[in-house]
Amino acid sequence: MSFLDIFRRRPEASASIAKERLQLILQHERAGRDDPEFLPRLQKDLLAVIGKYVAIREDHLAVSVQRNSHSAVLEINIELPPKM
Amino acid sequence: MATVVTVTSGKGGVGKTTSSAAIGTGLAMRGHKTVIIDFDVGLRNLDLIMGCERRVVFDFVNVINGEANLSQALIKDKRVENLFIFPTSQTRDKDVLTVQGVEKVLNDLKGQGFEYIICDSPAGIEHGAVTALYFADEAVVVTNPEVSSVRDSDRILGILASKSRRAVRGEAPVKEHLLITRYSPARVERGEMLTVKDVQDILAIPLMGVIPESTAVLKASNTGTPVILDEESEAGMAYKDAVGRFVGEQRAFRFMDVPKKGLFQKLFGAAAS
Repeated sequence: MSFLDIFRRRPEASASIAKERLQLILQHERAGRDDPEFLPRLQKDLLAVIGKYVAIREDHLAVSVQRNSHSAVLEINIELPPKM
Repeated sequence: MATVVTVTSGKGGVGKTTSSAAIGTGLAMRGHKTVIIDFDVGLRNLDLIMGCERRVVFDFVNVINGEANLSQALIKDKRVENLFIFPTSQTRDKDVLTVQGVEKVLNDLKGQGFEYIICDSPAGIEHGAVTALYFADEAVVVTNPEVSSVRDSDRILGILASKSRRAVRGEAPVKEHLLITRYSPARVERGEMLTVKDVQDILAIPLMGVIPESTAVLKASNTGTPVILDEESEAGMAYKDAVGRFVGEQRAFRFMDVPKKGLFQKLFGAAAS
């Protein structure tokens, strides 16, 4: 590093961007890790069935499993369009 | 009691085979009877890294299929006492490694008095990689300070926690060790590379070693010598420290900072360094 570097604006260090991105994506991926393997297929089938009656967007149907020490709950959230 | 150690990473090209060779050799140098098994069926390379490629007659798959016995397939290292290499097959059929077949081989190796059985895993998360980690008592997760490698290591940690035999049977979990390779203190100082602490914070497993990026690693693979035998090189010394920590010794971390430049180097820069 020479004394001229003092006058140059330092760009944001790319390593800190890497760390932030990793923390975000891994938080998301770890959350889904214990889900049963059939969830994506269930979601697809549900979309097909509901799609027969009302048009919904793929990202408006969320399937997840919530666990506690004695039970597991299959949670299905379907967001419908405002006008049907 | 034998310990099965799987060297794994998810991502390819991060240094699994280099690390398996170095760790296995290091354990044997400490007097432990050790075998390094190549689990990368179809892409045999441990033999080249260990410099015994011309001595391979029978392989892992021959032994599983009963076409050869263990002592015919094991290659005794000529440099280090107590060290054996178990080469894999170059067949294209990746599913030849059955759980029962591998279990029998591991039990036979234990019966022959091996203390450490090092399993050099293939890349990926498919059958071969899962078979390589299934029997693990301990796992060395090799990670480069780079986003895709860290993410894949996290994925492999998830698989260790769910698909290893210890996990399936509800036994004590696989003991995990983080090994960071290709670390460049100069790039870390410039903010271009994740720090050891960043990687450790994210993966949250105990750190076994940090191997600096080093020209010695390519030189060692060129000549078929595990880099830990290059005792002058930083990478060789860092692997030696890592093996010490692996067996429970306290060792200070070295080669993690940029060497301070003296006046001479400041004046003459690259020419002197």
